[in-house]
Amino acid sequence: MTPTGTDDGAVRTYYGRPVLKAPVWKWPIPVYFFTGGLAGASASLALAARLNGDEALARRALGVAALAAAASPPLLIADLGRPERFLNMLRVAKPTSPMSVGTWVVSAFVPTAVGAAACERTGRLHRVGRVLGAVAGALGPVMCTYTGVLLADTAVPAWHEAHRELPFVFAGSAMASAGAAAVALSPVDGADVAIARRLLAAGVVVEGTASQVMERAHPDACAPYRGTGRAAVLARTARALTVTGTAVALTVGRRRRPAAAAGGALVLVGALCDRLCVSAAGVESARDPRATIGPQRRRLTRTG
Amino acid sequence: MQNADCILIQGSNMAECHPVGFQWVMEAKARGATVIHVDPRFTRTSALADVHVPIRAGSDIAFLGGIVNHILANGREFREYVAAYTNASTLVGDDFADTEDLDGVFSGFDPDTRTYDPATWQYAGMAAATAAAGHREQAMGEAHGHGSKHQGAGRPDTDPSLQDPRCVFQILKRHFSRYTPEMVEEICGVPPELFTRVAEALCANSGRERTSAFVYSVGWTQHTVGVQYIRTASIIQLLLGNIGRPGGGILALRGHASIQGSTDIPTLFNILPGYLPMVPARGPTDLAGYIDAYNAPAGFWGHMDSYLVSMLKAWWGDAATADNDYCFDYLPRIDADHSHYRSTLDMADGNVKGFFVVGENPVVGSANGRLQCQALANLDWLVVRDLVEIETAAFWYDSPEIDSGEARTADIGTEVFFLPAAAHTEKDGSFTNTQRLLQWHHAAVEPPDDCRSDLWFYFHLGRIIKDKLAASTEARDRPVLDLTWDYPTHGPLAEPDAEAVLREISGWGPDGAVDGYTDLRADGSTACGCWIYSGSYAGETNQAARRRPGSEQSWVAPEWGWAWPANRRMLYNRASADPEGRPWSTRKAYVWWDEDSGRWSGEDVADFAATMRPDYRPPEGASAEDALRGDEPFVMQTDGRGWLFAPTGLVDGPLPAHYEPHESPFTNSLYGQESNPARLVYSRRGNRSNPGGGRPGADAFPYVISTYRLTEHHTAGGMSRFLAYLCELQPAMFCEVSPELAAERGLVNGGWATVVTARSAIEARVLVTRRMPALRVQGRIVHQVGLPYHWGRRGLSPGDSANDLAGVVLDPNVHIQESKAASCDIRPGRRPQGPDLTRLVDEYLGRAGITGEGP
Amino acid sequence: MIAGDRPPQGDPATDAGWATDQPRLGFFTDTSLCIGCKACEVACKEWNGVPDDGFDFSGTSYDNTGALGADTWRHVTFTEKLVPTPAGDEVRWLMSSDVCKHCTDAACLDVCPTGALFRTEHGTVVVQDDVCNGCGYCVPACPFGVIDQRRGDGRVWKCTLCYDRIGVGMTPACAQACPTESIQFGRLDHLRAAADGRATALRAGGAPDARLYGADATDGVGGMGAFFLLLDDPETYGLPPDPVVTTRDLASMWRTAGAAAVAVVATVAGAVLTGRR
Repeated sequence: MTPTGTDDGAVRTYYGRPVLKAPVWKWPIPVYFFTGGLAGASASLALAARLNGDEALARRALGVAALAAAASPPLLIADLGRPERFLNMLRVAKPTSPMSVGTWVVSAFVPTAVGAAACERTGRLHRVGRVLGAVAGALGPVMCTYTGVLLADTAVPAWHEAHRELPFVFAGSAMASAGAAAVALSPVDGADVAIARRLLAAGVVVEGTASQVMERAHPDACAPYRGTGRAAVLARTARALTVTGTAVALTVGRRRRPAAAAGGALVLVGALCDRLCVSAAGVESARDPRATIGPQRRRLTRTG
Repeated sequence: MQNADCILIQGSNMAECHPVGFQWVMEAKARGATVIHVDPRFTRTSALADVHVPIRAGSDIAFLGGIVNHILANGREFREYVAAYTNASTLVGDDFADTEDLDGVFSGFDPDTRTYDPATWQYAGMAAATAAAGHREQAMGEAHGHGSKHQGAGRPDTDPSLQDPRCVFQILKRHFSRYTPEMVEEICGVPPELFTRVAEALCANSGRERTSAFVYSVGWTQHTVGVQYIRTASIIQLLLGNIGRPGGGILALRGHASIQGSTDIPTLFNILPGYLPMVPARGPTDLAGYIDAYNAPAGFWGHMDSYLVSMLKAWWGDAATADNDYCFDYLPRIDADHSHYRSTLDMADGNVKGFFVVGENPVVGSANGRLQCQALANLDWLVVRDLVEIETAAFWYDSPEIDSGEARTADIGTEVFFLPAAAHTEKDGSFTNTQRLLQWHHAAVEPPDDCRSDLWFYFHLGRIIKDKLAASTEARDRPVLDLTWDYPTHGPLAEPDAEAVLREISGWGPDGAVDGYTDLRADGSTACGCWIYSGSYAGETNQAARRRPGSEQSWVAPEWGWAWPANRRMLYNRASADPEGRPWSTRKAYVWWDEDSGRWSGEDVADFAATMRPDYRPPEGASAEDALRGDEPFVMQTDGRGWLFAPTGLVDGPLPAHYEPHESPFTNSLYGQESNPARLVYSRRGNRSNPGGGRPGADAFPYVISTYRLTEHHTAGGMSRFLAYLCELQPAMFCEVSPELAAERGLVNGGWATVVTARSAIEARVLVTRRMPALRVQGRIVHQVGLPYHWGRRGLSPGDSANDLAGVVLDPNVHIQESKAASCDIRPGRRPQGPDLTRLVDEYLGRAGITGEGP
Repeated sequence: MIAGDRPPQGDPATDAGWATDQPRLGFFTDTSLCIGCKACEVACKEWNGVPDDGFDFSGTSYDNTGALGADTWRHVTFTEKLVPTPAGDEVRWLMSSDVCKHCTDAACLDVCPTGALFRTEHGTVVVQDDVCNGCGYCVPACPFGVIDQRRGDGRVWKCTLCYDRIGVGMTPACAQACPTESIQFGRLDHLRAAADGRATALRAGGAPDARLYGADATDGVGGMGAFFLLLDDPETYGLPPDPVVTTRDLASMWRTAGAAAVAVVATVAGAVLTGRR
């Protein structure tokens, strides 16, 4: 590092130091993005299946939704700097804070999803369970997508610049994982497994397309997805797992249960890697002062 | 200072080391002043200056002498001021020979003793004149072999036309005639255009309508010719008419709070309070003899009797009577040089048994840390009073010498007493700052635990000693037993009343507290601890505690604190008016003669006899201030003039001459004499010198080294290296080098370097910066290495001490070490540990051929 | 309040619901006067009890602090540069005391889910340390990298503009300690007016690059409660050249999320319905 100048190619920086603070969130948060998305999409899948009369699929999907939903609050609370103060989240409801909005959505979704599943498993309060399931199913799409806004509503270039794409990336990934979970848990010859396969395939397509659009629309901000950094490695891993898992689930998995389970699992791990990847990209993006300054400087130059 | 039109800061890093005072530079700048910073490094001061002039450390007299030559060669002096107020017209005796005649030495030099006899420097037809305050003490010490005998009444011969070849003006012209811009470039590495820009800025901003100010700090004093640096600035300011006028002057910025106070009421070995001469052991034997020897025939030094007798009355009270010469015999006598470094050497040689260290950390802050530790290790006892256990208190178990195996704790017999001290926030007292302003501070909190104020310590120490001696009948104990030691105390700690001490310093007479030094008498009716502080308790009120806001008084702010003498904010301010007593200009009006009231009036207390008319001419037989004319503003000088040429008061020449630092990679371009011939050198094992320029072995130490301070730390670190909030700002000892030097020696920014001199080797982190310019001197590039000196082994941020590298070689006038310019080598990587460190230094000594006893 | 009444520097306190006619208070940091003494950093830490930030030698000029953060609420930057002049390259050393900008449109405050971050009656932005639960959302939201989570504590911390001092008429610690009035504290409208004059004077007086940063209410954060006079581009001082409050795009983001949610509904429904015979 040269101590006597701040010229660094086209972009001037202060000793190469970041302008932004990197996000302080640790692994529980991206893991929650995964569980939250899985739970949300699964709850919606359960509702849709139930309305369509595919009870077996509905039951399995609701089970997945409940398990994933139940795992979410501990993850969120564990990452707080002061976990004992998690209830402070409910002091206010702020539409300007996606986390506040999310908190209220999660607060509504998790009990309903878990309650609906509990009713179904125990066979008690059948009607209440149905209503709860419907509410959870209706909140499911929000659970899948609000996390995209949560990340986009920051100064981190890789997240903020992609605010038009991130919700779709997360939505696609959530649907893929819900489909994958259902595929993995369903008998290969069941009537309703085809629905799960279609959802898996559609989710992968949406996620893949949205990701491609995002990286092409914002090549500078999305630089962390390329190259050799942690985010890039995770991106390649996620893609490989997702493509392989989808292929296995939709080919051999049509005939063999273990293959379906393995394919579904691969897609799920791929979706988890995808969230870890987006998180890591945010950290790398925030730490790179060029990513912050470059677009701003170009904007100023353009507008004079 | 805010009134200056141009400010030249040289030998000072004012913004970093005096940030609070620097606000006035910023104020002047906001009003349109040009700010110039001359310094080897581009510092935080340079960053705010209009012009930065990089200069080779140790070459300032050549630069300033160049400005003198520029003024004289181009007729840019303020002619009326120079003719009326300086000794330019005074004729110097025929015997005087200049450095131009003797290739770098003045007449009167004795090469065997390396001292000067100033007899040939005197004004024509007169014996030695008496110098003003601050220079006197030099004339006193027998160590320098001459007591000063003033001349009788009479005025020196002058040539008002300034044409006589023997007049000071013409001598000055000849003396500096070879200090040309080209010579400045050759010696200092300053390009002629840049030099001329500075010289012209000063000239253009001086005269009737404009004034320029100089600022210096220890960057000028810590040289073997430090006093002469300041003399050169004085010559410039006198020639340009910038003394005693608003926005003019030479500001000496002090190293830390109340250093000014510690010379006024001195911790120095050779003066009494108020710059009264200490009595030499073989000097005057009675009061009359003292007065005869030191009373000046003209000016305010003509009241020596009142000042001294009042001081004796303050010390010994009722015991001091006319019959016993007011206890004149009780005063300690000075028998030799007992300055800090001489005493350190005497400790190392076993001639000093005990040592008090108070508010100092000599192991880190004084030159040659190893020598300091050797000296401490040879004492019987050592008392250290400080806020924390500093390096000087811990030397016996934690020092570089213990590390290297050179010293062993088991072999050190010194009994060390560490006494925790109270901080300034925990005690009442005053600070005297550089502009002689006393500002009172009140204790905010009680000192914790065993921490006590210095006042508490000395008062109770004296009380206990008096108690122990109470039964003594020995004559030698009388001075202690008869001391007035009756300060009231208060509180559970029996803290002495600091205001009572101030009242004694200020003085009292039959009617209570005196108003000022003009009230003091030689008949024993007044007592005053320090005549220049007289009036600081006038009206039985602590004048130093006044804090009227600036918005509620004039811009001079006479009711903020109290300035010595007589609450006068600017010395010699009679010079702000022309000989007839009118302001030189409306813009620079400050003090003037008011014919209606028959007094001097203006913004400030006039530094002049208050009712002496401008056209006053002393009658035959007049004395003291009455022996000066009404148009002679320099009232502390016997001739009332500002001295361009100093016939007395200095031991190394009446005029400044450029000498190379004791350790320099270069030879003297101006004279055959390389370095100050009268400098004090103490060559001994552990205090060898790097060979000077041109001598064999000099190439082992090819770089120039200079030490300095940072804003973030305080001097030797006792008050800063133990505080996390300061350590985090500058957490490591480092050296500053140019990118070129880094490339030459393979130094990496952020890495480590080892710096070596004949004394030691230290390690430091590397800061590569363009702020360290490489200079072209004598046709070749020279690199400079910058080292902050704050670090030591203790505290939150330990590091090697820069002063371990410095040698003890001193200015002969004031015994200050040359730590601002020396030579060194620098190499990449950390220094060797343990005995290997000694081996590295020995290897360098061998390479440079340093073996003998010579300088 | 009708739009025309809104003062040019913004009135976020009223916008936040304070029934107050108190003027908006803030900092003007004039870097042309900064001597890099760091007294602001020390005074801030002393008054606010901020812990030290570690003893690391950085090798970046005299800046061993690095950046603003949970344990640094004032940070003096040091930039060394060479400027070509007719007489050769000259060294410049730019110093600037950075601080929280107390934005008119403050992202940290917008995104805080607990209300721990709030707008004070003086128009400043302050964290209530007894409310903050350390969710960390404000950290990446700030476009200046000001606020951060304190290790071992979990909560986030930043400059309060000495909320406890200004409420009783005192000057914030940093401004009080500044020896050259580089840091000025006061009514924002007064500071803005003075700053305009200062910038104009400097530009006329040989500093053509002098410019104000954060004084424009139309900038991406609606103007800053702590604004600056800079002598070079903002990025030279580690400041973003054109910061934008992220929540400016929030409506668009929610719309996108809504579209994505609809897409989920449609896709799930499609998956279910496609197989129907």
